[in-house]
Formats: sequence, C-alpha cells, structure tokens
Amino acid sequence: NVRVAREVGLFPAPGADFSYVGIDAILEQMRRKALKKGFELNIMVVGQSGLGKSTLMNTLFKSKVSRRSTQAPPEERIPKTIEIKSVSHDIEEKGVRMKLTVIDTPGFGDQINNKNCWMPIMKFINDQYELYLQEEININRKRRIPDSRVHCCVYFIPPTGHCLRPLDVEFMQRLSKVVNIVPVIAKADTLTLEERDFFKQKIREDLRAHGIDVYPQKEFDEDAEDRATNERIREMIPFAVVGSDQEYQVNGRRLLGRKTKWGTIEVENTAHCEFAFLRDLLIRTHMQNIKDITSSIHYEGYRVRRLNESNAQSNGIAEHDVSASEI
Amino acid sequence: MTDQMMSHCPLTPHLGLDVAASLLLAVAQQKNLEGYVGFADLPNQVYRKSVKRGFEFTLMVVGESGLGKSTLINSLFLTDLYSSEYPGPSHRIKQTVQVEQSKVLIKEGGVQLLLTIVDTPGFGDAVDNSNCWQPVIDHIDSKFEDYLNAESRVNRRQMPDSRVHSCLYFIAPSGHGLKPLDIEFMKRLHEKVNIIPLIAKADTLTPEECQQFKKQIMREIQEHKIKIYEFPEVHDEEESKLAKKIKDRLPLAVVGSNTSVEVNGKRVRGRQYPWGIAEVENGEHCDFTILRDMLIRTHMQDLKDVTNNVHYENYRSRKLAAVTYNGVENDKNKSQLTKLDTVEGISPLAQMEEERREHVAKMKKMEMEMEQVFEMKVKEKIQKLKDSEAELQRRHEQMKKNLEAQHKELEEKRRQLEEDKANWETQRQLEQQKLDATRTLEKNKKKGKIF
Repeated sequence: NVRVAREVGLFPAPGADFSYVGIDAILEQMRRKALKKGFELNIMVVGQSGLGKSTLMNTLFKSKVSRRSTQAPPEERIPKTIEIKSVSHDIEEKGVRMKLTVIDTPGFGDQINNKNCWMPIMKFINDQYELYLQEEININRKRRIPDSRVHCCVYFIPPTGHCLRPLDVEFMQRLSKVVNIVPVIAKADTLTLEERDFFKQKIREDLRAHGIDVYPQKEFDEDAEDRATNERIREMIPFAVVGSDQEYQVNGRRLLGRKTKWGTIEVENTAHCEFAFLRDLLIRTHMQNIKDITSSIHYEGYRVRRLNESNAQSNGIAEHDVSASEI
Repeated sequence: MTDQMMSHCPLTPHLGLDVAASLLLAVAQQKNLEGYVGFADLPNQVYRKSVKRGFEFTLMVVGESGLGKSTLINSLFLTDLYSSEYPGPSHRIKQTVQVEQSKVLIKEGGVQLLLTIVDTPGFGDAVDNSNCWQPVIDHIDSKFEDYLNAESRVNRRQMPDSRVHSCLYFIAPSGHGLKPLDIEFMKRLHEKVNIIPLIAKADTLTPEECQQFKKQIMREIQEHKIKIYEFPEVHDEEESKLAKKIKDRLPLAVVGSNTSVEVNGKRVRGRQYPWGIAEVENGEHCDFTILRDMLIRTHMQDLKDVTNNVHYENYRSRKLAAVTYNGVENDKNKSQLTKLDTVEGISPLAQMEEERREHVAKMKKMEMEMEQVFEMKVKEKIQKLKDSEAELQRRHEQMKKNLEAQHKELEEKRRQLEEDKANWETQRQLEQQKLDATRTLEKNKKKGKIF
C-alpha cells in the first residue's frame, strides 16, 4: 500500500524532492471519475438512398471496436430505411465504458424534386439540441443531463468520380453550420486508386470553393501539435469507405468483406479502403474533441439563437454568462 | 425433287420452266426448283448495295452524371469518342439539361457506319429535377418531325435518317430499386424510343446483390407497365435459347473502361483494383459482351425497324390526327406540309387542292393587308414631310426677318459712322487750318518780324 500510494504520488519516495506537491494526481482522479461515469458518443449517418449507410453502421459495430457488444441479428439483406432509427451499444474496453449510438437516417434525394429534403434531418438535430436546452434551463436539473445531441454527422458522397453534386453542396452547407460533418466517399470499391485520388482532390476543392467547413475545422485548432495532426487528417478527407457486415475466409482468417468474382475486398485492410481510419478518428483519437466542439460551439450557437428569439425579456441575459460547464 | 413438282403441278410438262417457276411463286407455297434460277443471289445484292450505301445508327445515352456513360460508349465502339482533348460532358457541370450530338464514322471490314451519339449532360443532377426529361422528349420529337417532313416532301431523293433508334438508360447501382426519376422518365419515353435499361458501374455489386437488384428492377418495370425493348421472336431453336438467356439477365449490368490492363499475358480492357482486376469483356464479371453483341452484332437492324415501324408510326399518326382534328382553325405555326394526309373519305389529292386554295386565299388576304398597311404608312410619312416642310418654311421666314432687321441696324450704324466721319473730317480741316495759321505766324516771326 505504501508502494501503491507512492506510485499514485501521495507519499514521496525516499530521497525524492520534498517540494513535490502532487497536483498531477488530479489526472488520476479524473480518470477514475471518467471510468465511473462512462462516455457517450452519438454519430449520425446521412446520405442518399442506396449508398450503404445502414451497412456501414453494422460494420462499425461488428468491427474490432465492439468485440464484446451484443451481436445484431444477422440479416440477409438490409432493407431500405424509411425512418430515423437509433441503435445504441454499450461497449467496454479495459474498464472504460462507452455508449455508442449510431443514428441511421432514411436516404434523401430520392424524389424528383428534392428541394428542402434536408428539413427532416435538420429538424432532428435541432430537436436534440432543444431537448438538452430544456433540461438545462430546468429549475431542478438532473445531475447528469442525458446527452442525445448529435456529436458527429458522417455524410455519404456518391462515388461518381467527377465532383460534388449540387444537392450534396446544399446539404453540407446547411449541416456544417449546426453539426460536425465528416464527409466520406461511399461504396469506394467502385473507384480505382487513381480515380479515388482525383475524386478526393476535386471534392476538397469544391468544399473550399463553397466555404463548407468540415471536421476537423481549421479555426478550432488549439496549438501547433493539434494543427499538425489535423493537417494530416485534412489531407485524407474525405475517407473512402466500404461497408460490409458479412464475413469471409481470407488467408485462413475470418474478415469482414465483400466477395466479387475478381477478388475479395477487405473492409479493415487499409490498402483496400479507409474504413479503419474513419473508425479510429471517430472513436479512438478524436472522440473527445468532437464532443467538445459540439457542446461548446454548435450547441452554444443553437442556445444563443433560441434564447434570443424566445422572449424579449431574456435579452438582458448576457450570452457569456454560462454557468453550467457542459462536458 | 423434280418428281414431286411434276406430281403437284400438272402444267409443268407443257410450259417452260421459268414460267412454271413464276407460277409457283404466285401460288406462294414452298416448292423446290428443278434447276438453278438465281434469285438466291438476292441477299448478296442487298448486301452489296447496303455496304455501298453505309449504315446509320443513332444511340442516345441518358443517366445522371458520373455513371460511366462516356466510358461505356468508348468501350462499346472501341474508339475514344471522348478523349482528353475533347472531354465528355460529365467533366463540365451543367445548370440545365442539354442535348448534345456527336457523330463519328466507323469503318470495319469494308462496311461503314455513321454513328451518332446523343448525350444528355445535366440529366438528374440538379436539386429540382422536375421536367428534366422534357429536352430529351423534345429532341426525339424534333427528329421524328424532320423525318416526317422529309418524307412528305416532293423531292425525296435524300432522306437522312437521324431518328433516335435506341436509348440506353443508366440506372445507379444503389441496390434498392428504381428511383422515382427513373420510373417517370421511362414511362414517358417508352412509347417514343426503344429503351434499354442498364445497371451502371456494376462492379459495385456482388453477384448476389446484382441478382436481387435485377429482380427488383424487373418487378418494378412490370408493375409500372413500362415497355422496354423486347427481343423479337425467333423461330430458330438455337437463337431462341440465346434470346431467353438474354431475357433472364435483363437489365444488363455493365462495366466500362477506358484503360487496358494485363491479365494472364493478354491486354484486355478492365479496371485495376488493389484486390483484383474487373474485366470488361469477361462474361462472368459483367454483361458487357451481351450488350455489345445485342446492340451491334445481332439486333441493330431490328432496333431500326422497330423505331421505324412502331415508334415513328405512332408519332406520325398522333401528329397528323391532331392536325386534322383541329380543322380550319389551325394556327399558322403548324408547318404546311404536315397537313397532307387523309381524313376518312377525302382523297389526298382533293385535300391537297383544298389546302392549296386555302393557302392561296390566305396569301392574298395577307397581301391585301400588307398593302393597306403600306398605304397607311405612306400617307403618314407624307403628312409628316409636309409638316416638316411647313415648319422649315416658317423658320426660313423668321430668319429672313431677323436678317432684315440686322441689316437695317447695320445701315443705321453705317450712316452714323459716316456722319461721324464727316464731322471728324471738317474738324480736322479746321484744325489743319489753325495749324497752318500758327505755322505761318511762326515763320513770320522767324523771318524777322521780330519786334
């Protein structure tokens, strides 16, 4: 126990510097608290119908991030989604608990006239913010407000190989103002590697030209280290993903993939597609950052708008008078 | 053979062989001949003539951008219709749907084919795609109209056939089914052109997904009663097996490629992926070979025939029935030539005469009207000229008066000047006298009259 205490930093080792106070022990305390509380992450998948959104959701859960999550019932073919559906999984790894929620949306852009097809999605996102806001301005608040806000929106771009379509541009422009967008190229097994690079370049140019700010946003880079990491990610955006929830035998191992007559595409093989990068970005490396930006920037923006428009009296409340610290 | 003929046709022993042959033809039963007549060479004659004349074929490709239409055309005809110097329409984003034609003349084995590809860039790309099929329909109708006019002309020497013979419709490989846009488009065009639906970029789908997708599409096509191009009935047993095989694989799932890759030592057209090579011409990978054989090698003539006999005739009868229904109150926009046709009872010549008389009467009326208008205009002009003349006259008078007045003034001034001058003269003389006087005085003084 003395040894443990010394490791934790409560008692200094013999011969150690007596000016050691022990402030860095706070990291340990935070870690223990976080372990107890657990993490929540809400991802939404958006895109035109038939691009593999529901399949990708299943891939995300079946892949190594959720080894011990509950197995979804195996389906032969995923039917067309017609309403917004949330699927939650509780994952635990090394004592850390995480509640991963993926929100599946029906494909938009199917109709002949697609004006305002973004309305249902925007409404859903704003409804989640509204729920949180209502909880927050309650007089008797819960100790822990359930966070159902959409932290990250994965936008599926159809693999035409040429450039962004007007519908995609419209959609992303509107969404990027309320939520973090991560664009991905859907069904990337349509494109050869050269076509893929060319397409990515065109998409990046188009995004710049239309002023669409995708995650990771340049303005929220805090320091040089952040910027370096994020620059590397920004060079790879949009990720070219392939989804599959069926397993095949490849070289003696069972892997998730798609089997065609000319070869088998492995989903987790980085030489084939970039699904692994996307998963790592969302869950392993940038999860906290995504949640921070959602709560401190997007949610705050929504709150400001809402409170300003609700009644004239609350104009006296200064916007910066934020008392609750949301994590 | 000869005995059979002799027994069936009692005239043969008495008449010549050629007459008998013609008699046989007139009876139109299948008989065998005694000797060689030579009309078995007819197909060759047709063949030689066609080869000399060359063939024409117009193919339309419709689909959203990025589905590989240009690539497929290049693969089908093994020519780079869209090369890097003349990029295909997909590389330029259009705001509205355009209809573009490109013609290319291909020669193979002494046969030449004038191929016209009609492309529709911008189809289905905008946010609001209502009526994006309208330019396509207008184009097809205008080609039919051109042909109708050419057919109705007096001098029909040259009749170029630029009608659209077949339309390849590209379906996006979503895996779910047809989109509302697809259904709308096909419903509106299945009566005007031969529609061949294709699944584009078929290397996106695994074989199972492809099967299910095809079934779903065919189900929806039948549900909406869309008439896609159907293969004709063949009597030959072997060919009908082939046709059935094609029918089972409708709609065809195709893959196109602009590049060739090396497979087993051979260079073939294909797409290179990190996990393998998808070959375009491999029957197990996609249905490209079936499409090519059907479109070019076996059914090209049938497509043209169906266009001519079914779609064009539909258009023609609809158009002409509409014209004659309206009767005399036709607006002047309808072209004169399309009025030539029969209505029940009236012979075409009488109709033509009547039309001609009408036409002449109309022209006369127009002429009169124009003359009237012309006269009126002339009158107006004359009036105007008169007015301006009067105006000018008045001004002339005015100016003359001004001039007179000025002249008088000037005269007055001159008189004054003269007067002054005279005065000044007299004064000067006086002065001069005075000066002379003082000068003589001076002289006298000088001379010594000094006191």
